[in-house]
Amino acid sequence: MPSAGAHRAGRIVSATALSVQNLHVVRGKKPVLQDVSATVPTGAVVGLLGPSGSGKTTLLRACVGVQRISSGSITVLGLPAGTASLRETVGYVTQAASVYKDLTVEENVRYFAAIHGRSRIEATTAISDVGLSKLAKRTAQSLSGGQFSRVSLACALVTAPRLLMLDEPTVGLDPVLRADLWAQFAQLSTNGTTLVVSSHVMEEASHCDSLLLLRAGRLLAALTPGQLRERGQSEDLELAFLHLIQSTDVEFTDSAQDGAA
Amino acid sequence: MNPRMMMATTVRVLAQLRQDPRSIALILVVPAALLAFFYYLFDNETLRPGAPRTFDRVGLIMLAIFPFIVMFLITSITMLRERTSGTLERLLTTPIHKADLLFGYAIAFSIAATLQALVSTAVAYWAFGLSVAGSPWLVILVAVLTSVLGVALGLLASAFAHTEFQAVQFMPVVVIPQLLLCGLFVARDSMNGVLQAISNLLPLSYSVEALQQIAENMDPTSTMWGDVLIVAAFVVCGLILASLTLRRRTA
Ligand SMILES: Nc1ncnc2c1ncn2[C@@H]1O[C@H](COP(=O)(O)OP(=O)(O)OP(=O)(O)O)[C@@H](O)[C@H]1O
Ligand SMILES: [Mg+2]
Repeated sequence: MPSAGAHRAGRIVSATALSVQNLHVVRGKKPVLQDVSATVPTGAVVGLLGPSGSGKTTLLRACVGVQRISSGSITVLGLPAGTASLRETVGYVTQAASVYKDLTVEENVRYFAAIHGRSRIEATTAISDVGLSKLAKRTAQSLSGGQFSRVSLACALVTAPRLLMLDEPTVGLDPVLRADLWAQFAQLSTNGTTLVVSSHVMEEASHCDSLLLLRAGRLLAALTPGQLRERGQSEDLELAFLHLIQSTDVEFTDSAQDGAA
Repeated sequence: MNPRMMMATTVRVLAQLRQDPRSIALILVVPAALLAFFYYLFDNETLRPGAPRTFDRVGLIMLAIFPFIVMFLITSITMLRERTSGTLERLLTTPIHKADLLFGYAIAFSIAATLQALVSTAVAYWAFGLSVAGSPWLVILVAVLTSVLGVALGLLASAFAHTEFQAVQFMPVVVIPQLLLCGLFVARDSMNGVLQAISNLLPLSYSVEALQQIAENMDPTSTMWGDVLIVAAFVVCGLILASLTLRRRTA
């Protein structure tokens, strides 16, 4: 089955990296995810998009096994989410950068490298991959917001995960850095890593092979950027998304299947 | 348990501690300074001939109690920072075992606690002429063990806590009853039955008893070794319980 990704058309996808079935999550008595089902093929870059509060972070947390779920099932790289061995192969970059502010960039990355049994050389490579080589000896708290969040990313990259879950990794970055990062994500996926990237910036959707659109805890649609433009009747993905929201109370369950698979 | 991950955590926690001069001061200087306070508090006391100075009785116990409180506090706060910075949640998505994390913490703080005990015991002996029957090395042993107890209880309290605020709320609940019932204010055998029974369940009581044994006997007594073993058992059980309690999945 060829992927319909705009910039990597023709890639052959063989297996499913992530599959979510009828997921329900309740947080603080409030239903936060309702009946979410989606699949992510191996090696794809999938955008998880939706307005603030739509449940993006909750869905990512559920997939890495730190979110208590009410019902449904999640299969990650063939195993139920939360299985201990998955912690070796799944990387998670939280929305708020989660690194030690009082340690240097290098100490942070080396710590996560050590946990995963990676070498110091690999730590150095990860630091240069996010463009922080010159700042390696600086403490994390002395960095700018964008630099700080890249430390968090480096701590995930150093573990060389097969599935990488990124929660709004591009927030607060300038357009040049953002383009760099997306290029890097594309590179990772060429090497076989599967990426799920959340964002609420719709223009970033164009970098993804397929999109999962969340709204108020429900999966509105799973489709490619091209299909979104078509359905939303606009070349501008932002507008297309808005049109889609307005025109939808109809479920897109059929396209949810062919969109992501 | 995985020694590599545990050691990486110890190294990381020590590196963080090194960056934080205030915590270092809190660990190394504050117990010794409080001890000095305590010494001058009883500077003018009049003693019956042959009676031990209050400092030799109570100051000795303070050598264990001040570090106990300080280490409980430092540990709770460090774990709290681990939570608020989001790094705890992140660590729980990595292969690190919860026990590796907590024992890694405990080892790092035990190293700090050992330095602390050396400093304050040295001050007690050399600056204030502490005089007890037993060996100063035993005093140091019990002081270190008691601060490690503070570390273990701090980690346990933060594992139970679901929020940062709860972690701090545990402080009065965990520490103050132990202070009141450990035999410092009232000898344990003159407490009423209920309080004595509670006191028997609290680890700090055994630290205090061990120090009293050292104060009164030239050679280590079997009661003292028994107390030391009990406190050590509390430390290990506290850490194991903490790693079982820490939740990977949260609502
Ligand atoms: N700890 C919590 N307890 C209770 N409710 C929560 C908790 N965290 C989030 N929620 C609620 O769950 C819903 C989804 O939150 P989530 O963080 O998944 O949204 P999001 O799509 O990631 O938003 P954003 O783009 O702002 O990060 C929100 O309505 C939020 O109020
Ligand atoms: Mg979020």
